[in-house]
Amino acid sequence: MHGRRHRPDKLEDAAAADAKAAKLCGLQTQVLRNHHYRTYTKEALGLSFKLLEMPEAYAAWNYLKVAFQHNLGELSELEAIKSAIDDDLRVNPKSYGAWYHQKWLLIQKLAPVDFKLEFGLLDRLLKVDARNFHGWNYRRFLAKFMGVPEEEELKYTMDKISDNFSNYSAWHNLSILLSILLIQQSKGFESKQKIFSEEFELVTQALFTDPTDQSGWFYHLWLLAQTSSPDNPQLIASWPSNGAKLSLSSARETNDEQNTPSSFSSICCYSLKEGILPIVLFFNEPVKGLTPSSVSLTSDLVVGKNIDIPNTDDIVSRSGSSYNCPVHFMFTFEPNNIDSATEDTDLIHDPISWDCSESLLSHVNPSCIHFNQLKITNALVQEESKWHLERLSDEMDLFRELPDDNRKFAKLTLARLLLACSAIKSRGSSLLERMGYCEEALGLFNDLIYLDPSHESTVYYYLTELFLATCNMETFMKDCSVQVLPNLTPLSHVQLCRLSLTRIGYVERLLWVQMLDLSHNNLRSIEGVAAACMLERQQQSDHTALKPLTEIISLKVLDLSFNEIGTHSINTTRYICPSPFSHKVEACEAFEECQKKNINAEQFWDAILFFKHVNLVQLGVEGNAIASMENFRTLVVTLNPSIKWLDGAC
Amino acid sequence: MGCLRFLLLLMQKKDSFESLVMEHIRLNGAYWGLTTLDLLHKLDAVDADEVIQWIMSCYHPESGGFGGNVGHDPHVLYTLSAVQVLCLFDRLDVLDVDKVADYVSGLQNEDGSFSGDIWGEVDTRFSYIVICTLALLHHLHKINVQKAVDYIVSCKNLDGGFGAMPGGESHAGQIFCCVGALAITGSLHHIDRDLLGWWLCERQCKEGGLNGRPEKLADVCYSWWVLSSLIMIDRVHWIDKDKLAKFILNCQDKENGGISDRPDNAVDIYHTYFGVAGLSLMEYPGVKPMDPAYALPLDVVNRIFLRKRD
Repeated sequence: MHGRRHRPDKLEDAAAADAKAAKLCGLQTQVLRNHHYRTYTKEALGLSFKLLEMPEAYAAWNYLKVAFQHNLGELSELEAIKSAIDDDLRVNPKSYGAWYHQKWLLIQKLAPVDFKLEFGLLDRLLKVDARNFHGWNYRRFLAKFMGVPEEEELKYTMDKISDNFSNYSAWHNLSILLSILLIQQSKGFESKQKIFSEEFELVTQALFTDPTDQSGWFYHLWLLAQTSSPDNPQLIASWPSNGAKLSLSSARETNDEQNTPSSFSSICCYSLKEGILPIVLFFNEPVKGLTPSSVSLTSDLVVGKNIDIPNTDDIVSRSGSSYNCPVHFMFTFEPNNIDSATEDTDLIHDPISWDCSESLLSHVNPSCIHFNQLKITNALVQEESKWHLERLSDEMDLFRELPDDNRKFAKLTLARLLLACSAIKSRGSSLLERMGYCEEALGLFNDLIYLDPSHESTVYYYLTELFLATCNMETFMKDCSVQVLPNLTPLSHVQLCRLSLTRIGYVERLLWVQMLDLSHNNLRSIEGVAAACMLERQQQSDHTALKPLTEIISLKVLDLSFNEIGTHSINTTRYICPSPFSHKVEACEAFEECQKKNINAEQFWDAILFFKHVNLVQLGVEGNAIASMENFRTLVVTLNPSIKWLDGAC
Repeated sequence: MGCLRFLLLLMQKKDSFESLVMEHIRLNGAYWGLTTLDLLHKLDAVDADEVIQWIMSCYHPESGGFGGNVGHDPHVLYTLSAVQVLCLFDRLDVLDVDKVADYVSGLQNEDGSFSGDIWGEVDTRFSYIVICTLALLHHLHKINVQKAVDYIVSCKNLDGGFGAMPGGESHAGQIFCCVGALAITGSLHHIDRDLLGWWLCERQCKEGGLNGRPEKLADVCYSWWVLSSLIMIDRVHWIDKDKLAKFILNCQDKENGGISDRPDNAVDIYHTYFGVAGLSLMEYPGVKPMDPAYALPLDVVNRIFLRKRD
């Protein structure tokens, strides 16, 4: 089906093709008949060999397997079959059926494996087509089956790379083998640093020899990731955050309403079910081992709480590395036992209006807390990080030396190296150095956007990298006016408007947002917002432990106006967020409730799931297609009965 | 569209070379052709009962699986296509759902992987196929989902992509299968979306078409495998959609209709389907939107999962 030119118009050729078709058709009927009636004579087998000409005629391969078992695997037959497979692979080197039959025969273990024959076949095929993944898969299977040590396969792979640097399949195999050897800590592979240094040399050589081939660049990206990501899990955010002051109240059992605080300024008021205060620790990767002994909670004042995570081996990541960065932080809270069950919605007396250039609630006189400072890590720059930095610096010097003939991958790689250094430095405290790296990277990203017009696809990728890279920088911060009230739980108010955002990142810093302005962006679905604010953290671990959290829904004011919600029929967050399609949510009572009011559940399923989980007081959706869709407003009011202002109106 | 003319003709031409080459995968062909018709709002051009009758003649009641054509051995590849076609017609009622679910779920191995049939070939394609089949039949609980997910994750490579088995090179087709399976089981958090997204958007070649892995030629079928993967991980805005659409339309046979793998090559039903599916994912006017994970029109999938079931 692939790579066939247009059918010839000549009558003779067409007739010949049809005649061949008829012949093969007849052959297939015969083989199927033999298969059905269990005929396994030499003649019958011969017919099935002929049928192998047809790629993926799986009936023939099945027939051969049954025949083989029936004839109890006579050696002469084995040879005949192997020769047939050999021939078939010459013609159809990508035939799944042929490769698997070869493997199946070996697994039957009816004859000792002919090492030379097997590897010989492979060698030949990979010489013809070094990228044949069937061949490589078979080679990996064979090596394991025959107990060939990884070091030997490594040598073969390196030879293939030396033959021709442009061999993605070989570089891939290299990465697989190295990973295994490093994990096993085989002789000569104990030091990750030594191995990666050698690999950097190898790949840089390849890149300087042939910068146009992609394989080397992808391999380099992997090495870079290995070199720049921390080996151990990191704690990156928490709730309550360091220095937070909370006003907390207990909900009465009889009603679900939350209680009012005493003043407008302590807007960060949370109600607790059963008087339990959850503590959220957000790591950069999944960890286990969080127990009362690994995370200790003490009180030094009546309402002050200290959280201590000492250096401990208990907390481990999936890859087995343990948390090694002692951390201490504290928060305070005021209990608030108001008896009357008034709605929490009363704490917002007037609709909040957003102004992108002014700071929010200026009468409260906030001083800015840097987006950065909301991170918790005060990790010491470890010994290992020193190696990482040296390694990356060497690479950067090399790439800076590359002649500036505007090569996309070279610039991209250099930019990534800079960002990687910046990320490592962020674990320490040299803000100035980091800004230097970021600025240089910014310049490169700007170049890339202009450099790559024929491959516009990656323009958006560069923009994302740009945004993420500069999210830490003060200058950028001024433009996007992310303002935060101090001395309250962090990020109670966040404005991220007019940024052409298609998605929301840095989720861990938006953990407990109460007011969110996402207007004038390119968001395509409501779920995207849900994912960022709430449900994404539900997905990080497995539900039950986090259930109490989802009951403390903070979001009260949301501005989604002037986005693209409802404009697109293809939903790109359908599987990232919990939905009935990803088996994480049942089509539930909320759907039924809506259907009773003639709201089309099939059209609004994502909106229904989102609004079911929040209790908004104020919502802005004008400027989105969804705002004018039939029954959308009914939907919002049905699921968020406490809503006061929808697009300004009551 | 010329595609329609091509499809309807093809469904009638049973003796040509093309037809024969597809003989043993006719059930797949039915899925490709019928889904394309539905995407072009023309599913009513075929006789549903006739099609369903033929599909059921490929069914093996002893095993619960479907063969590629009448008299061919059962395999999960054709079982999924059968279930998908029945979904198009909203006729899952003709199935012995438990039996079919038992057939596919019985092919799960100890390590969580799936075999394609009793002969034991293992491939992540089959993981996707079984998971998709069971999900459409609302019988996902019949397999060990956690083990299935763990196996797929073990096939994740260092470039962020997925191969056919652990250690297998990343390939767009396999990536679709793994991402699809993880999507359906709510397990996309195992994927580094930026890393994979970048690998996938680098599949776009100068002419605008997509290839399946680095340094390979563009092919229309990757318009589906790559695009649907990007949509599922929400990185599709990293692709130049206009250029891709132009490439697909360029692969049409302007005289006889249908789409080929590359411009000026021979058309076939496989590439016609993938071309139209790709256009669907890009919201091309006149084409119904498709679900990227279940590979069926959106309205069909919504109907299956959002309608209240008895």
